[in-house]
Amino acid sequence: MNTMTAPDFETSIAPIPASQMKLEVKNLDFFYGKTQSLKSISLGFARNQVTALIGPSGCGKSTLLRTLNRMYALYPGQRAEGEILMDGENILAPRMDLAKLRSRIGMVFQKPTPFPMSIYDNVAFGVRLYEKLSKPDMDARVEESLRRAALWDEVKDKLKESGLGLSGGQQQRLCVARGVAVRPEVLLLDEPTSALDPISSARLEETVSQLKVDHTIIIVTHNLGQAARISDYTGFMYLGEMVEFGPTDQVFTRPSTRRTSDYITGRFG
Amino acid sequence: MSLSTKGTGARIARRRAADLVFTGFCVTVTVVALTALAAILWSLLTKGLGGLNLEVFTKSTPAPGSAGGLANALVGSIMMCGLAMVIANVIGVLAGTWLAEYAGKSRYGAVVRFLNDVLLSAPSILVGLFVYEMLVAPFHGFSGFAGAVALSLLAVPVITRTTEDVLVLQPATLREAGVALGAPLSFIIRTVLWRSARSGMLTGGLLAFARISGETAPLLFTALNNQFFSLDLTHPTANLPVVIFQFALSAYDDWRRLAWAGALIIAAAVLGVTVLARTIAKEQRRS
Repeated sequence: MNTMTAPDFETSIAPIPASQMKLEVKNLDFFYGKTQSLKSISLGFARNQVTALIGPSGCGKSTLLRTLNRMYALYPGQRAEGEILMDGENILAPRMDLAKLRSRIGMVFQKPTPFPMSIYDNVAFGVRLYEKLSKPDMDARVEESLRRAALWDEVKDKLKESGLGLSGGQQQRLCVARGVAVRPEVLLLDEPTSALDPISSARLEETVSQLKVDHTIIIVTHNLGQAARISDYTGFMYLGEMVEFGPTDQVFTRPSTRRTSDYITGRFG
Repeated sequence: MSLSTKGTGARIARRRAADLVFTGFCVTVTVVALTALAAILWSLLTKGLGGLNLEVFTKSTPAPGSAGGLANALVGSIMMCGLAMVIANVIGVLAGTWLAEYAGKSRYGAVVRFLNDVLLSAPSILVGLFVYEMLVAPFHGFSGFAGAVALSLLAVPVITRTTEDVLVLQPATLREAGVALGAPLSFIIRTVLWRSARSGMLTGGLLAFARISGETAPLLFTALNNQFFSLDLTHPTANLPVVIFQFALSAYDDWRRLAWAGALIIAAAVLGVTVLARTIAKEQRRS
């Protein structure tokens, strides 16, 4: 490689075939007030696949995740420019119905966020917003969601108890169950295991791998091993740029940019 | 480096002395404050308990020399405080929610927040005069409603402030988690945030109640007083603080004994409410 061509600025973005494309980000810029924190990001997220976003703290991976369900719109002064197409429809369009968008794109956060109500009501909360189910149907939906989040066996006898009484790992899986209960097409996970112990983390990773059958999953993680284990595609971000994006095994074993290989071999970040 | 070489003996001795003086000062001041409080409670108990009997709760305020109680004043106070708390909770909770969730750092929000802080320390006699001009003078008559409005004006800033404070303490991710499910923010505020903050908000309400239950000045200008038992808030309404004020300054021994009994009742009620508020706050921290 010719070092005179400033390899530090190369990027390598693998395309996703149009037939598999669920979400397509095109020239996305993001601003916190006057500070630009995403610079012309373009990449695709494949349907029913797990895509991991990695990179050092402050590189913009959580910001990118928060543009995908327009969570940033809660805060005045934050804005995104460019296009994000979900099945061809631009979700950054001003006329987008945000509540409906967010019912199609679910999110699980870094710290568990159970609501101050029973386990059952936590899971049913989002469902009740958009569907009117009979009691048996709702019971079935709650059970199905808790099973898919691998929590059912631990809570089936105490569905009426407060969600706040569960352990941290159980609370996080409760949040996953609450997220999948509304049957979103896309599930965004923002460092979902960073507050969990290793055993709970492993269980959540298993859950994620099973969920991709029904959902397109995008996960932000600081844990490179986790990205390698559970994702099909990986995007490496640095200083607001998407440096490299491609199939996970390729990014981890044969990275095509210098910055990616430096990061995954632990030379910085 | 051994410890003995760090600083000279004189310096250490000086620090010890300074520490001793400061600690001594703190202890002395605390003792003075507690002594004053104990003295107040002692005179309240010794003079109040003597006048306390069943008739205090069953009979209305008497003419000098005849037997009577404080029933009309107790009921009047409860009605006015109750109505005031209803008004104040509606306004205070909504205003506090707006400040915490929607106002943010906006200029309008900052102005409202500042004015609320000014109201928080407004002299209660001023509030009484204001309500007198607004609700008593134009309608040519003192009334229990005017009294309740005056009391609610004192409670609103307390409730607004505590509501904002406890809502701001709720983690941002709780708000985002609700919104991420596809619910409008206003729905999340009502179903999740209020519920999560409820014991803090309840504590605020109880503290506001404690604040208004002993207020005399605003009631002098608004509810005035009433010698007779009445449930009609459109007329002058008897209440404990004003009765205490009148009876305590009177020349009659039996009136003064009733005033002390009334003071003891108010103190006990405020103490009870404060203890309740603390218990609730403690439970909040545990969960």
